[in-house]
Amino acid sequence: MKKSYYQPEDLKKFRKINEWNEALGSKFFDYYNSVFEEGSLSAREKSLIALAVSHVIQCPYCIDSYTKDGLQRGIEKEEMMEAVHVGAAIKAGAALVHGVQMMSRHDQLSM
Amino acid sequence: MKIKSLKARQDSLAQTEKQLEILSGGIFKDGSLPTFKEKVKSSNLPAVRPTALEILQINIGYMCNQVCAHCHVDAGPDRKEIMTHETMEQILTVLQSNTIKTVDLTGGAPEMHPEFRWFVEEVRKTEVEEIIVRSNLTIILANKKYHDLPEFFAKHKVHVISSLPFYKRGKTDKQRGDGVFDSSIEALQMLNKVGFGIAGGSLELDLVYNPSGAFLPGDQKALELDFKKALKEDFNIEFNQLYSITNLPISRFLDYLIASENYEEYMHSLVEAFNPIAVENVMCTNTISISCEGYLFDCDFNQMLDLKVEASTTHISEYNTDVLSDRNIRLSQHCYGCTAGAGSSCQGSIA
Repeated sequence: MKKSYYQPEDLKKFRKINEWNEALGSKFFDYYNSVFEEGSLSAREKSLIALAVSHVIQCPYCIDSYTKDGLQRGIEKEEMMEAVHVGAAIKAGAALVHGVQMMSRHDQLSM
Repeated sequence: MKIKSLKARQDSLAQTEKQLEILSGGIFKDGSLPTFKEKVKSSNLPAVRPTALEILQINIGYMCNQVCAHCHVDAGPDRKEIMTHETMEQILTVLQSNTIKTVDLTGGAPEMHPEFRWFVEEVRKTEVEEIIVRSNLTIILANKKYHDLPEFFAKHKVHVISSLPFYKRGKTDKQRGDGVFDSSIEALQMLNKVGFGIAGGSLELDLVYNPSGAFLPGDQKALELDFKKALKEDFNIEFNQLYSITNLPISRFLDYLIASENYEEYMHSLVEAFNPIAVENVMCTNTISISCEGYLFDCDFNQMLDLKVEASTTHISEYNTDVLSDRNIRLSQHCYGCTAGAGSSCQGSIA
């Protein structure tokens, strides 16, 4: 057993989750594939959203997948990095906006 | 960085046996991935067999003014192999006595062959409907003697298919060498000026996109829209179609895959993207590839692996349609490159 929680080759085995629950697994993969089809948002836009979210949730498998997906779609590295910053900005904002809560609590407890 | 051909570097991968050994060994030998033949069989598909022959793809020489990092021909300025006049005559004899729809001239840079123009003129005198020249674009500006190629192409109604890996400088120059993008843009403008690639016109100019790295090409139509928009807005360039072509794991691209430790993952991607519909339309079914020595192959990739046609006649001097139509196509794991996703051929996607 390799001493790491993450194994790069596990990504290729993703569909194996169906072996232990075909019904739910298939529902997930059908849903997943439908989400990424061309819609009101283009598949290209969805790929960049997925890349940004992958960073926010810090999923190495997702980062692998959507960097490659972006390259295949002709998305450029500058666009990818901007998407990552969008995700990071929201994550930073989500942390910082709690600062208001901290300030309120501080003032409430202070004389 | 200026690179040399594998042959000039005396790299072991310049030997086709070494490439075939890699393609049959490792992950395909230990059962991690099925061989191409096994995959076709397990998908309940019939064996890959020739249909009606339509295209003669002729490689008239490996010399090229560029040394692209992904080149499956291992072409470059240090390659001197070119087709002899005798072989060209033998091809013309075949074209005069057989129905061939398309002659597809490739290289290297086919325009560098001293008898290139003569050969195009002679092919034009036959019943061949379409003459394709696969031009790397920069050759048009490489030397004064090539500056009038756009007019020559127009005069002989050549269908120009040109490589342009991306519509921006960075990725193009990284794959094909510094300055290639600017020269390519200028050459495209020269081709537009004489009427190539203009909507509604009769002179065809198609572009070829191939990924600049260890990943597969995206949707051909979507990429075409991106290319058309960017080239029109930035450089006022028009073209007809974009062909997206998958890089096959042979020669310099195989060298790159191995050196960058991407080989196994890339092969997994190709196998995972195997598309049974693409198998029915692979180009080896309607094409014969001819090497500069006049030998016959199922495709340009098999030519580079020195896998001659499996038939009693393997040279253009003994060309026989019936014998060639009855041959088995020679397959190895590089064939996964033509069947991945929307498929890939010298005419772009096939599924």
